[in-house]
Amino acid sequence: MQAIGNWFQHLYETTGLNFSVFYDAYDWDRYFAGLKMTLLLSVTTILLSLIIGGLGALAQGSPSRLVRLGVNAFVVVFRNTPPLVQIFFFYFGLGTMLPAVETAGMRVPLLSNVQWAIISLSLFAAAFNIEIFRSGIEAVPRTTLEAAEALGYTRFKAYIHIVLPLAVRVCLPALNNNLVNLLKTTTLAYAIAVPETLYAVKQIWSESQNVFEMMVVLLATYGILVGILVWLMHRWERAMRIPGYAR
Amino acid sequence: MTSDEPGHRLAILLPYRLTPTRFSFRISPLSAAILCFCAIMAASTAWAQSGPTMLSPLQVILKWSPLLLRGFAFNILISLLAMLLGTIAGLGLGLGLLSEFRPLAAVSWLLTQFFRNAPWLVLLFFVMFLVPFQITLFKTTIPLPDWIKATVGFALPVMANVAEVVRGAVRSIPSTQWEAAESLSFTRRQTMWLIMLPQCIKRMLPPWMNVYALVAMSTVLASIVGVSEMLTLTAQVHAAEGGRPELFAPLYGFALLCFFLYCYPINLWTARLERRFRVR
Repeated sequence: MQAIGNWFQHLYETTGLNFSVFYDAYDWDRYFAGLKMTLLLSVTTILLSLIIGGLGALAQGSPSRLVRLGVNAFVVVFRNTPPLVQIFFFYFGLGTMLPAVETAGMRVPLLSNVQWAIISLSLFAAAFNIEIFRSGIEAVPRTTLEAAEALGYTRFKAYIHIVLPLAVRVCLPALNNNLVNLLKTTTLAYAIAVPETLYAVKQIWSESQNVFEMMVVLLATYGILVGILVWLMHRWERAMRIPGYAR
Repeated sequence: MTSDEPGHRLAILLPYRLTPTRFSFRISPLSAAILCFCAIMAASTAWAQSGPTMLSPLQVILKWSPLLLRGFAFNILISLLAMLLGTIAGLGLGLGLLSEFRPLAAVSWLLTQFFRNAPWLVLLFFVMFLVPFQITLFKTTIPLPDWIKATVGFALPVMANVAEVVRGAVRSIPSTQWEAAESLSFTRRQTMWLIMLPQCIKRMLPPWMNVYALVAMSTVLASIVGVSEMLTLTAQVHAAEGGRPELFAPLYGFALLCFFLYCYPINLWTARLERRFRVR
């Protein structure tokens, strides 16, 4: 580790390229904390959006008209409005309406900015996931569902054990796209001062005056994160491939 | 007893009545506007009694709507310009992706992947901070205001997405057409320009419109770097009205509504075109 730091220090002294995150422990700590926050945001929003998406797709096929109406309205509204405005609406609009709680003599909002970011980003991605899962569910042959019914599955059980596993395989490529998109959208949390990577990097470059170098670090960071996610999703896609379908 | 009562009806064939069999959810933009207007009205009644000096949220929105809508028009202008720039660049990049000249194809692929996978906000920062605020060409100084730089920032991801759209559309054309063109002794360039691209325009339209809807929604990111578009103006209006917390939800709700009314029809139309031009 020391060698890397020394090399970047040397690079700074000889060429003026100031990659301060790699030799300055203070800058590194800030950058690393930002990276951890980005990972926390992405992992929780991905999981939450998958869960909400699955439940929403189930609800979209429900016999109750009111439930279907609600889910469709949710999807239509969240797909057609900018995610940044959604975050502002949730954080400033709804956040200020919720009662504050008393902790150690201080009045703090019920939900912090990180929690609001997670909630609004998950809902945004879930709206897309619902549509993706629905297209997958529609691709499951009707006869498969009839066979499940004949075997005595209830609607819910058939959905969990038969429809969903098949549907997931069908919609993995689209899901892959959406999750990559979600990972990129986590940068929007910057706008409500969630200390994620972009926020941390911005702090570093405004103090160390090394905009270009930090920009390179920032783009490389997201390139690597997206790369890891795509690699994982492709592995999953291959592992779940149904023999006899496609290719 | 009147003859209308069920028990006294004659046993005749009852008139045919249309019953809706399947519920379809589709709200027209107009009814959505009316609905939201009603919602804001209902919400604002609570504040109506709170005092004569304070304006209700609805009154605040009505008072400032000319300014806010001008901001929204600016958003649309940015999105249209970014789309124009991005489409021109994207067509070139897409043709580069399809090129038979290996190094060109590799460079195009790298560029496409880079601009497609970097977050829009990061690209925006990238352009805002690294492009100078004015450029000097042949001793004439051309100033580059913030919003032009933001437009270029949005055009970069558009370029990469359009390049993928072009590639996908050309790839979706049956390879037999390439062979047929070859047998008629068309050159590769002629085949591309005279045979492939004209056919592609139709099937490129839906994904291209999808990209546009994305750009239109992304223009609010410009508020983070200080361009005075709708979201910036919304925050300023909120401050000008004394920063009352109960105004946040209606004001940002209004911004949501504007974007919804603009993007939803585009999406509906895209879906219809997609059904029409579906590649089988």
